[in-house]
Amino acid sequence: MPTITLIEFSGQQHTIDAESGKTLMQNAMDNMVPGIDADCGGACACGTCHCFIEDQWSNAAGDTNALEESMLGMRPDRLESSRLSCQIDVSADMDGMVVRLPEYQM
Amino acid sequence: MNTIAQLPHPLTTALTDIDVSDARLYQLDAWRPYFERLRNEDPVHYQADSPFGPFWSITRFEDIVAVDSNHQDFSSEPTIVIGDLLDETPFEMFIAMDPPKHDVQRRAVQPVVAPKNLADMEALIRSRVIEILDNLPVGETFDWVDRVSINLTTQMLATLFDFPFEDRHKLTYWSDMATGTPEIAGGDADPQERMAALQECLETFTRLWHSRGEDSGSFDLISLLKRDPHTADIAERPMEFLGNILLLIVGGNDTTRNSATGGILALNQNPAEYEKLRANHALIPGMVSEIIRWQTPLAHMRRTATRDIEFKGKQIKKGDKVVMWYLSGNHDDTAIEHANSFIIDRENPRHHMSFGFGIHRCMGNRLAEMQLRILWEEIMQRFSFVEVMAEPKRVQSNFVRGYTSLPVRLHAL
Repeated sequence: MPTITLIEFSGQQHTIDAESGKTLMQNAMDNMVPGIDADCGGACACGTCHCFIEDQWSNAAGDTNALEESMLGMRPDRLESSRLSCQIDVSADMDGMVVRLPEYQM
Repeated sequence: MNTIAQLPHPLTTALTDIDVSDARLYQLDAWRPYFERLRNEDPVHYQADSPFGPFWSITRFEDIVAVDSNHQDFSSEPTIVIGDLLDETPFEMFIAMDPPKHDVQRRAVQPVVAPKNLADMEALIRSRVIEILDNLPVGETFDWVDRVSINLTTQMLATLFDFPFEDRHKLTYWSDMATGTPEIAGGDADPQERMAALQECLETFTRLWHSRGEDSGSFDLISLLKRDPHTADIAERPMEFLGNILLLIVGGNDTTRNSATGGILALNQNPAEYEKLRANHALIPGMVSEIIRWQTPLAHMRRTATRDIEFKGKQIKKGDKVVMWYLSGNHDDTAIEHANSFIIDRENPRHHMSFGFGIHRCMGNRLAEMQLRILWEEIMQRFSFVEVMAEPKRVQSNFVRGYTSLPVRLHAL
C-alpha cells in the first residue's frame, strides 16, 4: 500500500494509505480528503479533481492524454504540474508521493 | 410548433413517433415517460422527422458524458441548440466554437467567475438577497418568478457586466428574446420583436464597450474582454460580440433564475424534504446541487457529427445533429439512485449533468451554486414556509426549462 500525502491549499496535510489499482481521485474520496469534488465521477469530463504533482513524481504519475489536456486547459490556475487525479492510477512506485490541491475546483 | 395535435401516448405510440423536440412536452411538464421509454428501449434514438429536421437523441447519462467529452467527433459548431442559426442572426459565441478559438475566448472571461473572485462577491449578493426578501409581502399571494428569481439574477448579471443598474430589466428581456423563437427551440417569441430586441442589445453593449476605460483594472466581463489580447477587438465583429454577450446573459440569467423558482416548487411537492431542511439548515449546499439537477435549467445541448461514426451500435453520419438531453440523463436511474425523486441529502449530489461535461462545461457553476445557497440561507432565516398557491406557468421551449410565473404565499417564522 503506497503512502500518499495530499496537501490542501490551506496547508492542511492528509497522509493516506492508498490502494493500488484505484485512481488517485478515488483514493482521496475514499479517505474523505477535502478539496477534490470529482463531479463527473472519474470520466475526465468535469475538471473538478484538479491537483498538482511535484516534479519528481511526474514519471510515476504518467502522461496526460488529449482529453485531460483539454480539460486542464480550461483551468485558470493551471500549472506545468497540473493533473486530473481521476486520470492517475495509483501504483506501488508512488509510495511517498506528495500531491498539492488547488485553492478551488471549478 | 403551435400545432394543436395531441401529444402521442408515451407508452403505446411507436418509438419513431416519440419526438422529444416538441416544446409542449416541457411546457406541459409531460416529458418524463417519453424519456424513460427512450432510455429503456432506444437510448440513442433517431428522429427522422421534426420541425428542426432529423436529429439523434442521446438519453442515458453515460452516453451523454461520452458525447460531451468528445469534441473531436461531436462539434459545437455552428450552434449548440437543436434549431439551426437563423440567416439574419449568424451569431458566433464561444459555447458554439471548437478549440482552439473556443479556448482563448473562454479563458478571457473565465476569471470573473473563478471561485476566489466569488468570495469577494458573497457579501454583495447576500445584501441584495436580504433586501429582496425583506421587501416581500407576508401572507399575500405574489409571483415568485418576478419578485425574487428575476430580480435576483438580473441584479447579479448587471454587476457582472457593470451594466447600468436601472436598465437591468432589459437583460432579462434580451435573454428571453435570444432563445425564444420557434425555429431555435420551439418557443413563441415574435421574430420581428426578437430582431429589434437583439439590435437594441447590440447597440447598448457597443456603447458600453466604447465608454469603458481601457485599463480600468476592473473585473467585469466587458473589461475582461477588452483587456485580453485575443478578444480586445471583438466589438469590431458585431455577430461575434453580440453572440458572446448573449451567451453570458443567457448563461448567467435564465439558468439560475429557473433554479431559484424550481427549488420552491420541488420543496412544495416534497413536503418531507422541506421538513428535513427546516430541521437542518446545513443541508442547504447539497440541496442546491439537488435543485439544479431536479430543475435541469437547460434541457439539452446539441452537437454536430464531424465524421461518420458508430455510437452504441447506431450509425451516425457526418453532419447529423446529435442532441444530448441533460434532462433525461439527470433522471437516469442507472447513473443516479432514485433519480426521479427529489432528495435534499443525497450522498453525492454534485453528480449531475446540468452543467454539462467536457470543455464546454458551465463556467459559472460555482457562482450559480453560491447565489442559490445564499438565497436559501436567507429564506430559512425568515420564512417557515414559501407556499405554492397555484400551478406554475412553464416556458414553451425544448431548451430553456423554466417558469414564467409561480404564485406563492409566505409564512413568517
